[in-house]
Amino acid sequence: MKFSTTRHGASKWSRLAAVAGLTLAIAAAAVPQAHAAGEEYFPLQSYRVGPYAAGGSGFFGGFIDYMRLINKRDGGVNGVKLTWSECETEYVVEKGVECYERMKSGLNGAPTAATNPLSVGIAYATLDRSTSDKIPLITINHGRTDSTDGAVFPYVFPLQLNPYSEVSAIVNYINQQSGGLKGKKIVVLYHGSPYGRETIPVLDVLAKKYGFELTQIEVPHPGNEQGSQWLTIHRINPDWVILRGWGVMNPVALKSAQKVGFPADHIIGNIWSNSEEDARPAGDAAKGFISITTHPSGTDFPVLQAINQYVVKPGDGDLKDPARFGTVYYNLGVVNGILNVEALRVAQSKFGDKPLTGEQVRWGFEHLNLDDARLKQLGAYGLVQPLKLSCADHEGGGAVRFQQWDGQQWKIISGWVQADRALLRPIIEKSANDYAKEKGITPRDCSKEL
Amino acid sequence: MSSSASLFLVRAPALRRLPLRSALLLAGLLCVPAFANDYWLNAILIPFLILSLAGLGLNVLTGYAGQLSLGSAAFMAVGAYATYNLVVRLPGLPLVADLLLGGLIAAAIGTLFGLPSIRIKGFYLIVSTLAAQFFVEWIFTRVSWFSNNDSSGVLSAPKYAVFGWQINSPVSRYLFVLGTVVLLFAFAASVVRSELGRRWMAVRDMDTAAAVIGIPIARTKLLAFALSSFIIGIAGALWAFAYLGTVEPDGFDLNLSFQILFIIIIGGMGSIGGNFLGAAFIVLLPILLSHAAGVLASIGVNVGQLQNLQKILFGTLIIVFLIKEPDGLARLVQIARQRMRDWPLSS
Repeated sequence: MKFSTTRHGASKWSRLAAVAGLTLAIAAAAVPQAHAAGEEYFPLQSYRVGPYAAGGSGFFGGFIDYMRLINKRDGGVNGVKLTWSECETEYVVEKGVECYERMKSGLNGAPTAATNPLSVGIAYATLDRSTSDKIPLITINHGRTDSTDGAVFPYVFPLQLNPYSEVSAIVNYINQQSGGLKGKKIVVLYHGSPYGRETIPVLDVLAKKYGFELTQIEVPHPGNEQGSQWLTIHRINPDWVILRGWGVMNPVALKSAQKVGFPADHIIGNIWSNSEEDARPAGDAAKGFISITTHPSGTDFPVLQAINQYVVKPGDGDLKDPARFGTVYYNLGVVNGILNVEALRVAQSKFGDKPLTGEQVRWGFEHLNLDDARLKQLGAYGLVQPLKLSCADHEGGGAVRFQQWDGQQWKIISGWVQADRALLRPIIEKSANDYAKEKGITPRDCSKEL
Repeated sequence: MSSSASLFLVRAPALRRLPLRSALLLAGLLCVPAFANDYWLNAILIPFLILSLAGLGLNVLTGYAGQLSLGSAAFMAVGAYATYNLVVRLPGLPLVADLLLGGLIAAAIGTLFGLPSIRIKGFYLIVSTLAAQFFVEWIFTRVSWFSNNDSSGVLSAPKYAVFGWQINSPVSRYLFVLGTVVLLFAFAASVVRSELGRRWMAVRDMDTAAAVIGIPIARTKLLAFALSSFIIGIAGALWAFAYLGTVEPDGFDLNLSFQILFIIIIGGMGSIGGNFLGAAFIVLLPILLSHAAGVLASIGVNVGQLQNLQKILFGTLIIVFLIKEPDGLARLVQIARQRMRDWPLSS
């Protein structure tokens, strides 16, 4: 008796499953063929759900809106239209790898220009693949620090600011503010992920060099519980706390700091603790919180005005909440769009005004040279720092400005503070060479690269 | 567990045809690289095979020996980190030896965390394996020696070769994984049909009765933990070396343990082939859903909402499925086969 009921139930269910599966398969097969050749493809390993959705939706929103602007206003880059598709990663490495593999071979004949996963974990997992598939891997303001050395990592670009430069600039700022670092106590509170742990050794080096007392404390991912960490900080009673957070970890840190009575204006957020979404949810506790940025928030830049005019006003903007237009994450997406598009443009000057392969776009990234004049033409003066890349240097900038949260918005409180790149360079080269040895890579000779 | 026992009995006559069928399947899998592109190999088939293997490991423990565990990802991590350290620190050793030793180290750790199973069972045992899960993740994060002092705590797999054969392309990685998986499946299939396998099932079905007929309970349970962790550990090493190429401790989180548990629940407890079915379900369905979502997104449906819808759909499918067929996909396949055989005579 039992057998026959199971059997009936199963048959009904299997029919249902077959129908559902068939529908899905047909839907998946019926990918629209709207795009034609003559386009350049940007695969977007985006994330719009999960604990880091605020970062993902803002960044990819800005990136997409900038590409829309280029298509609408300029008709593409020298006539080559930009196209893209999204694949949700949820910031999960396996999903990011699946998305990478799914999208790497281009879209309907449009070649892949570069990947921008905005996740250190995914960047690490697709680093080898990017190199063997010859597709540039862009990790703006984050990534694997030693990939700055383009001789070992030809296809990886930690544009503008790598993690070592980031902490070095913060330490320099603290040095300025408190007139010397000798004997000062600094706590670094970092996210429990490859991104968070990236700077542990270089901070030790800096502590030794400047003679400050350093404690590094890890917060497990995603970081919504930090009571014990902040009690430790309370006990240490440091002069400064450097917050290397990400996503929900940041507002929680600010609130927990308030609970133990640590002043927000002695907490310095790093490049991923610097958005409106990091400060605003903490309410009062965020007032006075300082953070670094490579690009100010705001909508006054001509390029943002143009996006507003051509994309957002006609109703084509990517943001669901229009109030996020001009925020830190969104503007970073725009900056990232500018750098990708300019790299394509530079590459076209060598290879011709046509869709280019990842290998050719890589040449464009490596010869990117944005000076003040060019930035003014782009309407991004003050939004993007001057940037000059080369075979040996895949970072380029290395400068940050400091901003302070006034309860409503970020106010810039410093000029450009430069990282101590000369001090960092030997550490980066050593690490890159170790990597090359482990992987059996022969570094390029940068003096021979054109 | 009575249904699994009957399942076993029903399948017994079919066993004679098993070698033929396995050979056909293997031949098919060997032909795959001729048709599949990089995407299929790298993003679908390799994780599918490795998760099948992890499912097999857990199935030995849970499906055959009846010991519940939520520490699978931890044992995968042990296997991955152990193999990595052997490769880096003892460069003279061939990779196959590294893999085996990595598996043995995972087996030792698994046995250690299996010790409480002598005294406790069921949900209480889950808690102790859960402790393994958190402890292992913690120690690999904490002690940077395990990741060769990498600043980010990330392992990146060095270049490797098996008997002089460089494993560096999607096809070679696939074949390497396939070879390992086939060997371990054959090994596990023969073990569960041996005396030891029968002891496991006796312990699973009623440990008091098993003790009465003279089965040494503690040793039987620990052997299940050891073999299970050995297989899972090798799966973890493959996950690190052949699939992602890089791992961090967080990659082996509780989520992965749950995924492996779902694989054996959906595929079928106490079934060898069911692990493939369960892994296919867990790997393929989300990708299929995500492809379908890509189509919907291109006609203007909000991407973020689609993502949440996918999760809801996936969860609902699992629940509906478990209500309709608690014995898993393996059982469904068996029913289908039975009906095919009866087909012209009964509808």
